[in-house]
Amino acid sequence: MKTKEITVHVNGTPHTKEVSTRLLLVHFIRDDLDMTGTHIGCDTSNCGACTILLDGKSIKSCTVLAVQADGKQVTTIEGMANGAQFHPIQEGFHEEHGLQCGFCTPGMIMRAAELLEKNPNPTEEEIRWGISGNLCRCTGYQNIVKAIQYAAEKMSTEAETA
Amino acid sequence: MIEPKTSKKICGMGHRMKRKEDARFLHGQGTYVDDIKLPGMLFMDIVRSPYAYAKIKSINTEKALEIPGVLAVITGETLKEYNLHWMPTLMSDTQMVLPTDTVMYQAQEVAAVIATDRYAAADGIEAVEVEYEPMKAVVNPHKALDADAPVLRTDKEGKTDNHIWHWESGDREGTDKLFEEADIVVKENIYVPRIHVASIETCGCIADFRPATGKLTVHLTTQAPHAVRTVIALVAGHVGLSEEKVRVISPDIGGGFGGKVPVYPGYVIAIAASVVIGKPVKWIEDRSENLQADSFARDYHMVGEIAADKDGTMKALRIKTLADHGYTDAAANPSKYPAGMFSICTGSYQFENAFTEMDAVYTNKPPGGVAYRCSFRVTEAVHAIERMVDVLAQELGRDPAELRMQNFIQPDQFPYHSPTGWEYDSGNYPAALQKAMDMIGYDELRKEQAEKRARGELMGIGVCSFTEVVGAGPSKDFDILGIKMFDSAEIRIHPTGKAIARFGTKSQGQGHETTYAQIVAEELGIPALHIEVEEGDTDTAPYGLGTYASRSTPTAGAAAAKAARKIRDKARKIAAHLLEVSEEDLDWEPGKFFVKGAPDKSTTIQDIAFAAYTNHPQGMEAGLEAVHYYDPPNLTFPFGSYICVVDIDKQTGEPKIRRFVAIDDCGNIINPMIVEGQIHGGLTQGLAPAMFEELIYDEDGNILNGTFMDYLLPTAVETPHWETGHTITPCPHHPIGAKGVGESPTVGAPPAIANAIVDALSHLGVTNIDIPITPFKVWKILKEKGVTNA
Repeated sequence: MKTKEITVHVNGTPHTKEVSTRLLLVHFIRDDLDMTGTHIGCDTSNCGACTILLDGKSIKSCTVLAVQADGKQVTTIEGMANGAQFHPIQEGFHEEHGLQCGFCTPGMIMRAAELLEKNPNPTEEEIRWGISGNLCRCTGYQNIVKAIQYAAEKMSTEAETA
Repeated sequence: MIEPKTSKKICGMGHRMKRKEDARFLHGQGTYVDDIKLPGMLFMDIVRSPYAYAKIKSINTEKALEIPGVLAVITGETLKEYNLHWMPTLMSDTQMVLPTDTVMYQAQEVAAVIATDRYAAADGIEAVEVEYEPMKAVVNPHKALDADAPVLRTDKEGKTDNHIWHWESGDREGTDKLFEEADIVVKENIYVPRIHVASIETCGCIADFRPATGKLTVHLTTQAPHAVRTVIALVAGHVGLSEEKVRVISPDIGGGFGGKVPVYPGYVIAIAASVVIGKPVKWIEDRSENLQADSFARDYHMVGEIAADKDGTMKALRIKTLADHGYTDAAANPSKYPAGMFSICTGSYQFENAFTEMDAVYTNKPPGGVAYRCSFRVTEAVHAIERMVDVLAQELGRDPAELRMQNFIQPDQFPYHSPTGWEYDSGNYPAALQKAMDMIGYDELRKEQAEKRARGELMGIGVCSFTEVVGAGPSKDFDILGIKMFDSAEIRIHPTGKAIARFGTKSQGQGHETTYAQIVAEELGIPALHIEVEEGDTDTAPYGLGTYASRSTPTAGAAAAKAARKIRDKARKIAAHLLEVSEEDLDWEPGKFFVKGAPDKSTTIQDIAFAAYTNHPQGMEAGLEAVHYYDPPNLTFPFGSYICVVDIDKQTGEPKIRRFVAIDDCGNIINPMIVEGQIHGGLTQGLAPAMFEELIYDEDGNILNGTFMDYLLPTAVETPHWETGHTITPCPHHPIGAKGVGESPTVGAPPAIANAIVDALSHLGVTNIDIPITPFKVWKILKEKGVTNA
């Protein structure tokens, strides 16, 4: 088994580990770093439960090798809040009942983070297309859309007052 | 909306309380089974059959065992030593845990590899060499009953065919007579295909057997932890797993929808492995394993018939069904109901008589027959009746909404005794349909449709007025493996007036931690925020049958109210003691007792709780707690009316849902926000089989769409904006008048969508299209009818 030493910066903290070259990034995050907020829901990169940010871009971490993240910045759901204080996207999900079982939620939030970064005032249509790589079986998406709209509004208000 | 009786601070019933469980999920701190890591934990992966039907000639494990990290390979022969290679199903059939000689469906478990990490286990399954001798599979359920069809269950002594059971309900002769005398008879073949719940979390477990104590703890994706504990004790009691030594913990569950009711072979293998090796063993299935091997739903081939008078009065209903159960009947139904609640098929209408019969058959497909978010086969029944009413309307040239109004059971007819033996508790069907028609602007839409049709455009309007039957159920009729289908609540009030409430059910996203707290808050006036709700640990929770079939609110929700009322009765005694008056002199308002006529002379529930531990009356037991096992007197019958508008692209055949209005009546509402969320989700799981989902097998029994690449779940793009509303007809026999809601929309949406699409094509002579109604199916019709040249 080939191994390689990698350093991945996860939510701002560098983690240096000797890993198998075939280790998936999602397993590195979950099993090696014990950050289990990033989930696995399929084996074909369709469901998006494993979505994280890699150098600010939302990616499906089940389809990236840990070694490909060497030297890069990873943001996971655990890096979104400020202590116990929700990020506006998390707050939106809570306020608008955008989650039920919670399994797809971290992936949805990470996807929404990049979506709002690129497009701070998306239309409903843009949000729906924007999260179309993330599957949810509980909510019917309607309140997820509202949650992202809530976050968009709050983040743009915050940006104006900043 | 009915005004809540409690203050916002107490947050009892009717408040849009934000969910108490949200924070851990939003912070990524939920604990799903794959998030649990135990010291020394091993991993299991499963070798699966590439064939639908084959003899196993040999299994060679040598190369697998040479792989670093692989510790053991378990086969059927290994389990046979402990007599654990077969297990009973919930329907008193038998199912292989691992085969010793024959595989019966593609993706069936063949062997299990135990290794020190998940990658080694995955390498291990690749290295297990299995030699098969394929046989001709029986895939088509109609052909399964042919005289020359091979008999699949040769393990069953004396079995000479593939027939499992025959079931019937209603009055055959009386119904036949009405059909003979009828002015009009309509008939249609309706297939509700095999689908899969596909919760985003797959199934899995960690079996943790400790040799020193003999205790087995299983962390398990289960909707019914207590039932599983008893099953484990019954199945494996002979190898020492006595029920007090078995603890089942159902942690956070990433969606269930019925798929996490059964006990899957993988769980049993992991338990056996842990017992034999003496270390925790984790098994988490992949999505493709989940889709290909775990319990399917539906798969009913139905022939529906309605007999009616010329004026549209519906007289009799007849439905004959062929049910494909795969190689064993592993359906999740109450014991006495092999076809679940299918006999609710007379729906929302007055029929003089009805008769329904069903035959179940074995085929070389995965076993199952779970619910996919519905109460035991109600979806199939509702699809049949709601499609058939439209077929009749079309035959008569009548408006489908108007025909429904004509035939509805009327509000003054409740309790209503249906021809198939149900006692509908309450309902107001005309009000729900009228509200849906008003909300969507039904008459305007019909005008628009006529104009469009004249221009050659394809637009359809679909109506569905369903009746659900949920909340199983009364112990006189309902049991699973003999265990009556009550459910339970245990509430303990702490000295400082806060509480913990434990239940026999298990949320998989329904929001029990919030809604149960609101029920207790309503009854005791303790703020819902101060009531901790716990479920899913069989060592601490009172026994219950779990969460499925929309039964949590009708059973455990009722138990919560009843247990709280027992506590309030004791609190009254303590209050009388504290206020030095007699009990009869006290009045209650949420959160306090006060002396009649002297409202300022009062004591709060918090004061009473403190006194229960510090200053209780002499002779009274200390403490303030209660447990209640609720045996419902009847089922509950939520209902609703849905209207869907579709536009169809003439060139591509793509139906697009323009609007969808859903009016639901689930009785009294505990939390309107959560109810709306349940309805959005349920509607989307109704849309899914209506337009996208079907598990497809070729003639050799190969599954053709066993991954998320080709088994299509709707995304946010395909899902329309749902417009919801409600009427409230309280349940007369439930302590808080609630009925359950999680599954109504999954039941009601498919026929509304199918009816809309068929309606758009009805002028072409189309009377039925089987779901899922894909663009390709529609395009083929348009091509055949000469509507499109594309």
